Amino acid sequence: MSSTVSPSSVQRGYDALPGLLELLRSDAKHDPSAASTLDVHWVLYDRILDVTPETAGDPGRDRLLLSKGHGPASFYAVLAAKGFVPVETLASFGRFDSPLGHHPDGALITGVEIASGSLGHGLPIAVGRALGLRALGRDKPRVFCVLGDGELAEGSNHEAIALAGRLGLDRLVAVIVNNASATYGWPAGIDTRFAGEGWSTATALASDHDALERAITAGEPGKPHAVVALVEE
Amino acid sequence: METMRQRFTRVTTEALDTDPRLAVVLADIGDEAFDLAGARLRHPHRLINVGIREQLMISVAGGLAQEGMRPVVHSYAPFLVERPFEQIKLDLGHQDVGALLVSTGASYDASAEGRTHQAPGDVALLATLPGFSIHVPGHPDEVEELLRREFVRDGRAYVRLTGETNAESRPVEEVTVVRAGRPGDPLILAVGPTLDPVLAATADLSATVAYLSTVVPFPAGKVGALASGSAVAIVEPYLAGTSAAALADALRDEPRRLLTLGVPPIELRRYGTPEEHRRAYGLDAAGIRRSLDAFAA
Repeated sequence: MSSTVSPSSVQRGYDALPGLLELLRSDAKHDPSAASTLDVHWVLYDRILDVTPETAGDPGRDRLLLSKGHGPASFYAVLAAKGFVPVETLASFGRFDSPLGHHPDGALITGVEIASGSLGHGLPIAVGRALGLRALGRDKPRVFCVLGDGELAEGSNHEAIALAGRLGLDRLVAVIVNNASATYGWPAGIDTRFAGEGWSTATALASDHDALERAITAGEPGKPHAVVALVEE
Repeated sequence: METMRQRFTRVTTEALDTDPRLAVVLADIGDEAFDLAGARLRHPHRLINVGIREQLMISVAGGLAQEGMRPVVHSYAPFLVERPFEQIKLDLGHQDVGALLVSTGASYDASAEGRTHQAPGDVALLATLPGFSIHVPGHPDEVEELLRREFVRDGRAYVRLTGETNAESRPVEEVTVVRAGRPGDPLILAVGPTLDPVLAATADLSATVAYLSTVVPFPAGKVGALASGSAVAIVEPYLAGTSAAALADALRDEPRRLLTLGVPPIELRRYGTPEEHRRAYGLDAAGIRRSLDAFAA
């Protein structure tokens, strides 16, 4: 195994993110998708998730599963700002011995819940996480999954959306970053695909952090919750 | 007698009663049997039927394992292994979590159902993935022993159930000599349910017949020690040649002739019975004997 990273106690604010992204600049290939998730990751880690570098192994923590592992620069920048990843690690991005690859690997980074890259895997795993928490009687932790509107084309997501709705997995929150990248679009709406299967839904501009926070926390009892985070190009 | 699958359902349901981290994940297939066994009544949150969604079935198992549970996933072999293969590779293997996959149907149990329900390539596919233990039991008692071992482990394991059963159960440890030949005789390795036809095919031959039910990891040391002659054959109830590389590696110390029998990679396009398929593939006693005679000639 290559090197793993341990948490740092240093915390940084939103204003530090551009500088952290600069350290990851070799991610040119994935840049548009990286930028689209920056606000979503920031709001989740800064305002929503009950998890810190110190509690990353705690059974009671909130879980964030990044399904959209494509373009992880913004994810790494937020993890660095929140102390999960030492800032000095960012410059090693993509190197042979770096824990930070072009797709994240949970085995190499403290606080990263899954390895992702191939699309359409995060939400189905998140359904398994929520079912596991239910079977173990753990009522408190929430399972968040961040995915993209393009990724939503993968059929595996629709298996997960249907089952989560029918089983009322109300500890599950899906955040769909909508930067209009799906090749054939979603003319009937993304939120309606979730609502039709029994999810509660909300929509917000990703850049409006207060609105996004309200949308993420607007779930209903007994239902999984889907948030469409709109990203303006 | 209980079939392998009936034994699996009974033993797994009993294990749900005593092991709180065990969960069964199904995609409709097998749900009724577990329901009738009382698993749903007693463990509504640990008998998880995802409906006809095989990709989700494996991903859910990955998520359960990440929460510390031991998922047991069951379906027909093609729907358990081939359809969700990337989920097995990534949502179990790459996430570095375990699960116990238990298939039924094997290569041609579903002979009358056609190719859609047959998976002779399952073992070869899973053998490409790091960290899998692959078990091919030949008797319901072996199924029970292998399951009880795997329930309490954390790794990735595959148990391949079939309707083809040997008359007697054998030890599930590495390699067991069933009929000892003379020093220098050919070694014939029978995997799982091929043992009885192999014994019938070789009754009047001077050869050592040995049995194994775990093919990954391959018991290289034991096989190498048993191969005292210059000819070694392996008979597998799935894709011919699946263990050929492992066998060749086990025998690399000196030159030997190898014969690898199994289901050939063809589209048979026939229905009928498993016995007819076994014969068509040359895996009945007469077919195995023909291949051994040609190999010896």
